Amino acid sequence: MEDLSFRHHVRAPAGGARKSAIVGVVASGNLEVLVERVLPDAECALEIKTAAVGFGDVWRAVIGDFVERYSPGGLRFSINDGGARPDTVSLRLAQAVRLIAEHGQ
Amino acid sequence: MTPDNILTALFPDGHQVRNDKGVLLGSATRRSGTCMLVLGVADRTAVGVDEAIRLSGHVLGSIDRDDGPILVLVDSDSQRMSKRDELLGLNEFLAHLAKVLIYADMNGRPTIGLIYGHSAAGALLATGLATRVLVGLPGADPAVMDLPSMAKVTKLSMEALEQKANSTPVFAPGLSNLAQMGAVQMTWNYAAPLADQLEALLADMPAVQDLRDMLGKERGGRLKAAEIGERVRDLALQAR
Amino acid sequence: MTAPLRDMTPAERARSTSFYEASARTRLELLLDAGSLIEFIGPEQREVSPHLRIFDLPEQFDDGIIVGHGRLDGSPAFVAAQEGRFMGGAFGEVHGAKLTGLLRAAREIGTIPVLILFDTGGVRLQEANAGELAIAEIMRAVMEARAAGVKVIGLVGGRSGCYGGGGLIAGCCSALAVSEFGRIAVSGPEVIETNRGVEEFDSRDRALVWRTMGGKHRRLLGAADLFADDSVQDFREAALELIGLVGPFGLDGLKAEQERLADRLRRFGACLDAVEIWTISGIAHAETIPELPTDQFIALADRIGRTSRDAR
Repeated sequence: MEDLSFRHHVRAPAGGARKSAIVGVVASGNLEVLVERVLPDAECALEIKTAAVGFGDVWRAVIGDFVERYSPGGLRFSINDGGARPDTVSLRLAQAVRLIAEHGQ
Repeated sequence: MTPDNILTALFPDGHQVRNDKGVLLGSATRRSGTCMLVLGVADRTAVGVDEAIRLSGHVLGSIDRDDGPILVLVDSDSQRMSKRDELLGLNEFLAHLAKVLIYADMNGRPTIGLIYGHSAAGALLATGLATRVLVGLPGADPAVMDLPSMAKVTKLSMEALEQKANSTPVFAPGLSNLAQMGAVQMTWNYAAPLADQLEALLADMPAVQDLRDMLGKERGGRLKAAEIGERVRDLALQAR
Repeated sequence: MTAPLRDMTPAERARSTSFYEASARTRLELLLDAGSLIEFIGPEQREVSPHLRIFDLPEQFDDGIIVGHGRLDGSPAFVAAQEGRFMGGAFGEVHGAKLTGLLRAAREIGTIPVLILFDTGGVRLQEANAGELAIAEIMRAVMEARAAGVKVIGLVGGRSGCYGGGGLIAGCCSALAVSEFGRIAVSGPEVIETNRGVEEFDSRDRALVWRTMGGKHRRLLGAADLFADDSVQDFREAALELIGLVGPFGLDGLKAEQERLADRLRRFGACLDAVEIWTISGIAHAETIPELPTDQFIALADRIGRTSRDAR
């Protein structure tokens, strides 16, 4: 297992009012993303525990793209990764942002 | 230890327990002169549909007829691993045996399991782990999962597994590990007469309440189970 | 799949969602009345397994099971759903304790049914002792809840089936609904093959696995009282029907179960294959059962009429 941590300044807060959301499952080639609205509007953070060791640069690139595209201000992402490919990671991150932007609790 | 040795030591006043192809059925006379229902699995016999139905039938036949505590002796293999047993619904037969034992215990027939040899997996769930108090005898070697099979599934070497087993009781076989988890409440010894140890337990049976998670916490083998169970229970009682 | 999801009613979504394919969360969301699920110790609490790190394995925030309270056609229900894709849905210490706690609360209340959505390979190897004991505690808690009047309904249709100790817990439930994919057994195909050889059981023969352990065989034996099509809506309707059918638990039920199982051994004890059992049960062309469409199969199973009602 390898722990990775990223923190970004972002231009705008994420939409919606939900406090938290979760998508995905921890399995081979899959991951779960727990997202919580707990940070100041101009920040976002991602904490990753991954079964695939040595892919820090790939994560950095995937997350850089994601933050640029979605501006997930105020959100903390906690990720348990069973060794997902970068496109799966991008998909789950986008799903998590969409879900927390929905109505409800 | 053979089942005969153990039965003689437990019941010096006599017993009528027969061993038929590894299935023990009968009753025995306690020191007090009262009767105790006895059943069990001996000679490391696998528990399949044929064994389970006789064991559950023995308990059910006694429920209306007799009173007093019930002793379950355990030296079994795992559940019988066969196409026939699964075809016939082994899960129902094993569950039924456990249900009958639990029902008896909840309705005035306190149950004691005594593991003196091996047991594993579904066989242990349907026998010893379905009693109120599971007692171990020295030399018993229960194994939920043996290390060679674990090595195969986890792709870890035996050496690596044995090393990990030294630091936690959570996965490795053995009586002391199951005791630390709270599954085996006490271990008797051969220094004192087994009959005395049985009478002492019967004179001081714990209440009909599953306290194995609390015991596992006290003994440091399962630090989370009791707390998590209690938290969910509290939340559920508030949510209705 | 043409209409966008947001234009569908919850029932339409539940009808078009495969129970087998859906995640545990999606199953619960669509099984219960919309928006009614309240989860206990949800993922944000991060109550992960304390044991997986010993094996350098990834954790899941809910340890592979969701427990909570919701509503089913307006009436309260406790629910538990296993995630079969995380560690094969296996029982570990935290995973099991969540279900035990739920059942203990249900027992104290006495009137709210419990739905268990099984999806499990059995005991989690990496915490085998804790998992085995958790299953023993759950079996005890199920029986204590049933004795207090609680209906405990098992739903079996997930990708990991209902194996090992999960099969024993299923055997303790008041009633079961199963889909064609809902395999129920103690020893899985690979376990039998590894221990007894390929001559005893060829785990790669998928047709053999389905007809020996699959939902159709379990329904015909009477082990499951209802057969559901593979949609969440079908399981919702099955759960509602079973809650209505289940009677009180007591000694009579256990005696009837003894007789039911002994009768099964007398009738079918010498059979070597499920097709033989189905044939003896009076089914013409029993070899076509695996291909039979759901509605025809349900009609046939109801006609054969074997059930565990009031006998478990």
